[in-house]
Amino acid sequence: MRSILPILTVVAAIAVLWYGAAVSMNSKWAQDQAKRADIELSFTELVAETWSHDRPRLPAPHQVVVELWKTTGEMALKGRAFSKRSLIFHGWITLSATMLGFVIGTGAGILLAVGIVHYRVMDMSVMPWAIASQTIPILAIAPMIIVVLNSIGIQGLVPKAIISAYLSFFPVVVGMVKGLRSPSMDQLDLLRTYSTGVNATFWKLRLPSSMPYLFTSLKIGMAASLVGAIVGELPTGAIRGLGARMLTGSYYGQTIQIWSALFAAAILAAVLVGIIGLMERAILKRMGMSQ
Amino acid sequence: MTWVIFAIAFWATGFWVNYKLANSRLNHTRLVKLAVPLVFGFSIIAVWEGLVRGLGVPHVILPPPSAIAERFAGSLDILWVDFVQTFVKGALSGYFIGCGSAFIVAVLIDRSPFLQRGLLPVGNFIAALPIVGTAPILVMWFGFDWQSKAAVVVAMVFFPMLVNTVQGLAATDKMQRDLMATYSASYWQTLFKLRLPAAMPAVFNGLKIATTLALIGAIVAEFFGSPIKGMGFRISTEVGKLGLDMVWAEITVAALAGSAFYGVVALIEKGVTFWHPSQRG
Repeated sequence: MRSILPILTVVAAIAVLWYGAAVSMNSKWAQDQAKRADIELSFTELVAETWSHDRPRLPAPHQVVVELWKTTGEMALKGRAFSKRSLIFHGWITLSATMLGFVIGTGAGILLAVGIVHYRVMDMSVMPWAIASQTIPILAIAPMIIVVLNSIGIQGLVPKAIISAYLSFFPVVVGMVKGLRSPSMDQLDLLRTYSTGVNATFWKLRLPSSMPYLFTSLKIGMAASLVGAIVGELPTGAIRGLGARMLTGSYYGQTIQIWSALFAAAILAAVLVGIIGLMERAILKRMGMSQ
Repeated sequence: MTWVIFAIAFWATGFWVNYKLANSRLNHTRLVKLAVPLVFGFSIIAVWEGLVRGLGVPHVILPPPSAIAERFAGSLDILWVDFVQTFVKGALSGYFIGCGSAFIVAVLIDRSPFLQRGLLPVGNFIAALPIVGTAPILVMWFGFDWQSKAAVVVAMVFFPMLVNTVQGLAATDKMQRDLMATYSASYWQTLFKLRLPAAMPAVFNGLKIATTLALIGAIVAEFFGSPIKGMGFRISTEVGKLGLDMVWAEITVAALAGSAFYGVVALIEKGVTFWHPSQRG
């Protein structure tokens, strides 16, 4: 709780810097405009001008917030929450791909981790590649997956979900292998003296003690899934989804639209990771593992 | 059909060899630890080649590895130009600027616990956000050339690096700092002789995370506009022309560059943090 004040200070400092940057980055345009109209801008007029421009180089924070409200809350109040101009609609498109990919990716990742922990062949042959995959930019395959699947007639949700899935897959594998191996030798030995089978050892010791690692990797996997879904919307000139909003915004110079899509993505990421964080707290507390 | 049989046979042999190796008495030797993943990798490539040829998969969907290798060898000049544009100009310069400034900021805010308590949660929060999304904005600000790619990379690596460095600077315990105080060491002496060296494992953790982020940032930023060279540019245009062998060749370059970059940082880490338990072993 005692960090509330410092956090607020930092956030306020960022906002001040942002407003300042908005003035300096948009002032050239405002000056040009004034020169053409043959008027001299006073400082307050200049500031007001730079904070209310339609297509600024850097929109002021309140412009982004207003745009966010216009495309979400206001449209929802008018009963058009799922119209094509609403960010709720685009966010939902991205969210559904993210969630599908996240479920597939983490599910497969956990299964592979279980296999790796129990079979030495899988451990020795797959694990080095799973670790190496963390160092390569696998996101680069995204455009190819979209286009190739498109050419065999699969479009929309599934290609994006595949990208999300493989981005969340490897972090979960690596994290879960670490987690399932986290029981100490003493604990494993104890179970052996009870002559516990592999199955019971897994359910009673390995899986419970892997929980903290599971939640850490779920958070990483969720963030990666969202990035995958957004990047997956870029290549084919998709018209729906947060990534598509950014792309069309950058084509038409609609900076406020880009920023609001970016903020929507950030809020989405924060909410999704936050939900996992809450689950983590509740479950670890129930299991008596919280610090 | 023979290709399919060949693929299955190769897979079975590879699996059998790996099974024997992994369960042999030699499975803790370095040679076997290296051989098993290599056999696995080769089996995958062989199965890929066999299935693509045997089942007649069109090259516009999945080219066989041999075609990719041929294309790779045949267009080394283009690949090199793209590599220089994306990796050397975009990713590396952004990496140095981003990690360097994050390091300096971390050392500066380290003097103020107030700022630390404020910046750490905010930094952690921002590090989890989809920062690649800033790419269209930064491309608009800094133009199509490598400067905008470097800017995206800076935005991506800054916060993970900052958080790791701040955590690293907090790694010394009270006893060690008290010892420095009894030597009447100044703030800067304590910083350079004790706290920075002790921070190095965490700093290198940040540097290693940043290597991958840097390449991803540089490549994805090129999807939003670039001059007519660069790995991201080549991938997106060749995908449009269905020249998938070229796309795979670029991905090979990206994978090689990524692991080499990571490897170099890990090697430097080994030299710098030789004293740390994770490096002895």
